[in-house]
Amino acid sequence: MADKRMTADEVVDRLDDGMTVGIGGWGSRRKPMALVRAILRSPLRGLTIVAYGGPDIGLLARAGKADKIVYAFVSLDSIPLEPNFRHVRENGLVDAVEYDEGMFLSGLRAAAYRLPFLPTRAGLGSDIPVVSPHLRTVTSPYDDGERLIAMPALRLDAALVHANVADEKGNAALTGPDQYMDELFCLAADKAYVSAERVVGSDELRKEAGCVHTLVLHRYMTAGVVEAPHGAHFTECPPEYGRDEAFQKAYATAAGDPARWAAFEERFLKTADEAAYQAEVAKFREEDGR
Amino acid sequence: MTTTTDIARADVCVVAIAECFRGDGEIFGSPMGTVPTIGARLARATFEPDLVLSDGESLLFEGTHQLGVKRDEFAAVGWIPFRAVLDVLASGRRHVVMGPVQIDRYGNANISAIGDWARPKRQVLGARGGPGNTVNHTTSYWVPRHAKRVFTPSVDMVSCVGHDRAAELGAAARFHEVRRVVSNLGVFDFVSADGGPATMRLASAHPGVTVDEIADNTGFPLVVPDDVPETRSPTADELRLIREVIDPRGLRLREVPA
Repeated sequence: MADKRMTADEVVDRLDDGMTVGIGGWGSRRKPMALVRAILRSPLRGLTIVAYGGPDIGLLARAGKADKIVYAFVSLDSIPLEPNFRHVRENGLVDAVEYDEGMFLSGLRAAAYRLPFLPTRAGLGSDIPVVSPHLRTVTSPYDDGERLIAMPALRLDAALVHANVADEKGNAALTGPDQYMDELFCLAADKAYVSAERVVGSDELRKEAGCVHTLVLHRYMTAGVVEAPHGAHFTECPPEYGRDEAFQKAYATAAGDPARWAAFEERFLKTADEAAYQAEVAKFREEDGR
Repeated sequence: MTTTTDIARADVCVVAIAECFRGDGEIFGSPMGTVPTIGARLARATFEPDLVLSDGESLLFEGTHQLGVKRDEFAAVGWIPFRAVLDVLASGRRHVVMGPVQIDRYGNANISAIGDWARPKRQVLGARGGPGNTVNHTTSYWVPRHAKRVFTPSVDMVSCVGHDRAAELGAAARFHEVRRVVSNLGVFDFVSADGGPATMRLASAHPGVTVDEIADNTGFPLVVPDDVPETRSPTADELRLIREVIDPRGLRLREVPA
């Protein structure tokens, strides 16, 4: 059986300019930030990012890595409005496709099921079809004759997700209180890459998973496994760690001012690698007096 | 003995939100924000005991809990991650209270972006679940600062469907029910004047608020009955629950200053 362990940079090497990349997690929760940071360090460009958005969308769009973003919302949760998302939208720097959360889920399911679309009531009567004129409706072929939105499949070239624990073959457990849509992102993608807090032997995985219901990422879904301790930082990764609110606040404050943003990028995003980033975060914590 | 002079505007708002859930029975209540969360918990602690509530994230719990208490301390009886919320809302067994940045006389609401959608003057959250909520189940709104920039003649992006849009959809909108709007000034419902789409009506003014004050802060003509009732104040038992059990730290008073 293949050993799928690789580095974050090796994942990025497998991505191409212009790809459509889905990112798991939700808002500022369990985002594969180590992989996002690897993209930020790379020459990759012209991506379409598909996500229940948080700092992944904010960072990739602000850095000019994403030309297009597909989302239902973009939020940092404890800070409701993502400042980099606001920056790129208010300055017209990115193409935006905005769906309802349920439409987005239907699109992921359609892609996972290899269907062209799934019907949904969500979006009818709203301005979503107005700002997304590519959307079409379908009429039920049954007696009810109801007209519904035909949510197009959100087919992904690649998906990036972050798990609590994985094995080297690409199985992984999501042990927190919400698994979001992560395995649907994987099924909707040609290739999915999972970063994890820990990579353990398969016999250890079940023990670490705690409950079989958390073992939702299976090796036929995943093409690569990256060990990335604190890889979701500064988003939360329960039960391992909560959101780094002080760091997130520093991120949001910096994003609001060009000079401070340049300094933040220089210090935290232009590091040589993930280890250098984590070391810089450790210094930040010391300065913050914690 | 508590006297009416002790009652803060925030307490009245909490009760007005609680009243939105009256008659809902055994469905999933989803209040967004501080005052709606207190209101929903109050409704369940009093006249809507069957209402099902979550910690705002992924667990359903029983009992009446203090705002802000960690979910580990709840007696969880159900798991409702976001995916399950999206499935339940499509089944219709839910009543959400959302906070619009703009709302018009038909109850169309905007949580997406202010100004031109293609390049907004102010980007807000995005449509979130608004479009799906409003065509699938009961929706109410909470506006902590009633002003003309919120109660607008039209909204820049309809992210939550109002009564005129629903009427145009016909049968496809048969589950649509935008029920009530509660602001820091009053309570509003929707009535059809002449068989046309329902528009916003002043249902009650909070104690100490005049009809003129409400009209002056609303950017469209409201339906105003000849006799506008006063929003009911909390009972002694409700006040005790709000102050001693659900919100002893007074978080509601930060959202609605006295």
